[in-house]
Amino acid sequence: MIASIATGGQRAADGFTLHAPDGLVSVPVAIGMWLVTGVILALAVRHTNRTLDDRAIPLMGVMAAFIFAAQMVNFPIFGGTSGHLLGGVLAAVLLGPWAATLVMACVVTVQALLFQDGGLLVLGANIFNMGAVGTLGGYAIYRALCRLFGGEQKARIPAAGVAAWCAVMLGAAAISAQLLASGATEPFVVLPAMLGVHALIGIGEAAITMAALGFIAATRSDLFQLRDLGGRDAAPA
Amino acid sequence: MEQPKRRWWLAGLAISVLVVVVLAPLASSDPDGLERVGEDTGFLDRAAGPLFEILPDYSIQGLADPTVSTIASGLIGVALVFLLMVGLGRLLRRRRPPRA
Repeated sequence: MIASIATGGQRAADGFTLHAPDGLVSVPVAIGMWLVTGVILALAVRHTNRTLDDRAIPLMGVMAAFIFAAQMVNFPIFGGTSGHLLGGVLAAVLLGPWAATLVMACVVTVQALLFQDGGLLVLGANIFNMGAVGTLGGYAIYRALCRLFGGEQKARIPAAGVAAWCAVMLGAAAISAQLLASGATEPFVVLPAMLGVHALIGIGEAAITMAALGFIAATRSDLFQLRDLGGRDAAPA
Repeated sequence: MEQPKRRWWLAGLAISVLVVVVLAPLASSDPDGLERVGEDTGFLDRAAGPLFEILPDYSIQGLADPTVSTIASGLIGVALVFLLMVGLGRLLRRRRPPRA
């Protein structure tokens, strides 16, 4: 590989720069988010170690591969803005919250290390915002919706769609909060803009999540059972 | 037949490869939500360049054709995250109690 000189701000105009680069968030905020993400990853390893069944391992690999691939596909929203899949809720519905957290961490880390998509200091924040917010928060919303609407069998696909949209909004709120804590922007500036754009991007997230789950339901619905083979894990608080 | 039923993960990988080969080159090159807001409201000026570059922006430097470059780097990523996750899964899996 030929390394080239980094070109700073100009890179932001490139189509394949997707995740937060270093510098947006202040160093203390980035380190704080690394601590939070570190604790979450330690919990994820512990829970996965207890409950991951052999038969679910290939699905972890496939989910990582699919989410990596799908995140490359930016879809246009409006007025020269695009969005892309996060995939946390999709992964959690299939694998459970903790194994899904590891899948998202793997994807976002490879993107940062190999593809320079997202910074290294800010990687902890990126894993949290784009991964754990969906696999833990989004998944908790998914479980609550399933309980509310007649059980997972019946409600799976619409509940996942709504949870996926919520996960995108929560992720956008999380990065906004980190930018505010870094003194990079003002609340009345960043929040309406971020939440407004991501309300639309979230529709794409919901559509892809529901389409993927619908495809699995139609072709190999037995894959939905892999998640709980190793004993159901407590849903995150 | 047990065997064909187990091959579902190959189908999953094939779908991921198709997404990279067919859809990734068609991806919108417009800035995404965070970049757009960052450009509009100014916080993107704070962005620092990366410390090093390996396959920057999903491209292989030296490959002239951008489509080929995107697809090739995407396939490297798909293979790598798949292998990493399967490896991690094997390390972490629940050991079943030995059956008598």
